[in-house]
Amino acid sequence: MQQKTTNHKAWFLVLPVLVLVAFSAVIPLMTVVNYSVQDTFGNNQFFWAGLEWFQEMLSDERMWNALQRQLMFSGIILAIEIPLGIFVALNMPKSGFWSSFCLVVMSLPLLIPWNVVGTIWQIFGRVDIGLLGYTLDALGIDYNYTQDTISAWITIIVMDVWHWTSLVALLAFAGLKSIPDAYYQAARIDQANRWKVFRFIELPKMMGVLMIAILLRFMDSFMIYTEPFVVTGGGPGNATTLLSIDLVKMALGQFDLGPAAAFSLMYFLVILLISWVFYTVMVNLDKKGM
Amino acid sequence: MARITLDNLAHSYNPTPASQDDYALKELNYDWEDGEAYALLGSSGCGKSTLLNIISGLLMPSQGRILFDGKDVTRAPTAERNIAQVFQFPVVYDTMTVHDNLAFPLRNRGRDETYVAERVQEIARMIGMEDMLRKKARGLGADAKQKISLGRGMVRKDVNALLFDEPLTVIDPHMKWELRTQLKKLHHDFGHTMIYVTHDQTEALTFADKVVVMYDGRVVQIGTPEELFERPAHTFVGYFIGSPGMNVIPAKVEGTKAYINGSEIALGAGYAPVSGKVEIGVRPEFARLSESEGLPVKVRRVEDAGRHKIIRAEFFGQDINIIAGEDDPVRADMTRVTFDPARVNVYANDWRVAPQGGEAA
Repeated sequence: MQQKTTNHKAWFLVLPVLVLVAFSAVIPLMTVVNYSVQDTFGNNQFFWAGLEWFQEMLSDERMWNALQRQLMFSGIILAIEIPLGIFVALNMPKSGFWSSFCLVVMSLPLLIPWNVVGTIWQIFGRVDIGLLGYTLDALGIDYNYTQDTISAWITIIVMDVWHWTSLVALLAFAGLKSIPDAYYQAARIDQANRWKVFRFIELPKMMGVLMIAILLRFMDSFMIYTEPFVVTGGGPGNATTLLSIDLVKMALGQFDLGPAAAFSLMYFLVILLISWVFYTVMVNLDKKGM
Repeated sequence: MARITLDNLAHSYNPTPASQDDYALKELNYDWEDGEAYALLGSSGCGKSTLLNIISGLLMPSQGRILFDGKDVTRAPTAERNIAQVFQFPVVYDTMTVHDNLAFPLRNRGRDETYVAERVQEIARMIGMEDMLRKKARGLGADAKQKISLGRGMVRKDVNALLFDEPLTVIDPHMKWELRTQLKKLHHDFGHTMIYVTHDQTEALTFADKVVVMYDGRVVQIGTPEELFERPAHTFVGYFIGSPGMNVIPAKVEGTKAYINGSEIALGAGYAPVSGKVEIGVRPEFARLSESEGLPVKVRRVEDAGRHKIIRAEFFGQDINIIAGEDDPVRADMTRVTFDPARVNVYANDWRVAPQGGEAA
């Protein structure tokens, strides 16, 4: 048996990271925790409230509605972006100039800052001056994202698809590129048709990167704030008030710090939970030798 | 099963080949006999995989034709050629069970399920995987996966040929033996035409009836393992086959004698005047150390390979190898080497020159 060396001085090597994480994440989070269990009045007077805010938020229809809209939004954009991204990746040129060209063009939307994306679509969709809104209106289609719920939803969903499908496509493309030629050759010898090649070769080999794509897109869309806020501001009414928009309204609009803190902690836990489930599933897939 | 004819076949990956050097596969005419086991042997990049992919239809040759039983299939797609190919890295459909993997080629061709089930059972028994049929292919080891790809190749009864592209590269040494033995047995039992690409001479020599040696895009010799050993048609064959390879020594040949730096060596037969770069080739197995006979040699090193000894020596400023039996003495006073005259081959510009009056039996 080898003697284990004990050297407590080694902790000093970890210290910088601990300090950094403490200031960047743990301490800010603790202030939120602090707010969530207390009631605040002017002059920084705090009163212990216990789990009151959590109970209030859990029984508040407002949060549940926002959560419902949020899940619907994430569900819809995943259902569009994942298949569409795979489809784009499958049809991209595999090599040569056009392959690089496609990669560059597709990366462009990913490089645009969120609020610029929001502004682009906000103007694009306007019925009076926007190319999209004006055209649809001229065609006699009833489209107005400031007044009509369906129009507003379609606008923010199309905007997200435009912004992020490239990411899924790029990841899927990377997965496809890693499949050795021999697989396609074997499939030709086995007389597999196009669908079977996709179902039994491409999809299983892409599974790993697709899991990452789904996780990234889910987390990002679940926390989305800037783009819908710039386009619709959460309206018409509360129709596009997603979780983070609602949270900002509550915390900074109404200055309800206690409920907002409780809300954000639960929001955080939900994301953590879903990410953990994903992580577990992915690790299990890895173990099976994907 | 079919006879495969290569007619003026050549391939260049360059769409406008300027010279012979641009051809990955130089012009080739050959008939692969029905039901024989062939090995395509050569070092990396010599064109063996190119040739295999042309036969399987994964690659379109830039010139010439390929015929199966006299029918031109040069432009026929892979699926129509009805061949099976096993690749270097095991290709299995990960998400399917072993059973579904084996059934895949049959199902794709619309065979009915009773036939499929029966055939899969048969193949599974052949490759020794009967008890794993329900398992997912994903979790299996490389050798099991390679067995599956082999089984997938043989599940169709009517395949024209079975092609192997270095199929044992990723397999553990002890499994190599088992799989190779199994392959030989399958060939013996079912008589498929088999073409086996490898760069491992042991694999080629033990597997095949006929070995096709390729060098620099050209087929340099086709023959039985014995022919390759005794009468290498090209110095590359002599060098590539055998361990260590043949000694090739620059010489002058006149009639039944060869001269190295003026010293005489007897040849087994007479030769017409030979021009160009003339060399003689002697396998280490047919060279012998001696005290008094033959030409002077300086022994550098003796390696004991167990069953025999390999003597590394210097011969007129050139390295040569001599193989001595396990019990043959190697002493300091043995400073001369003799060659068995009947086993000395003569080469001009790397190609073997046939002796006058035909080959000795």
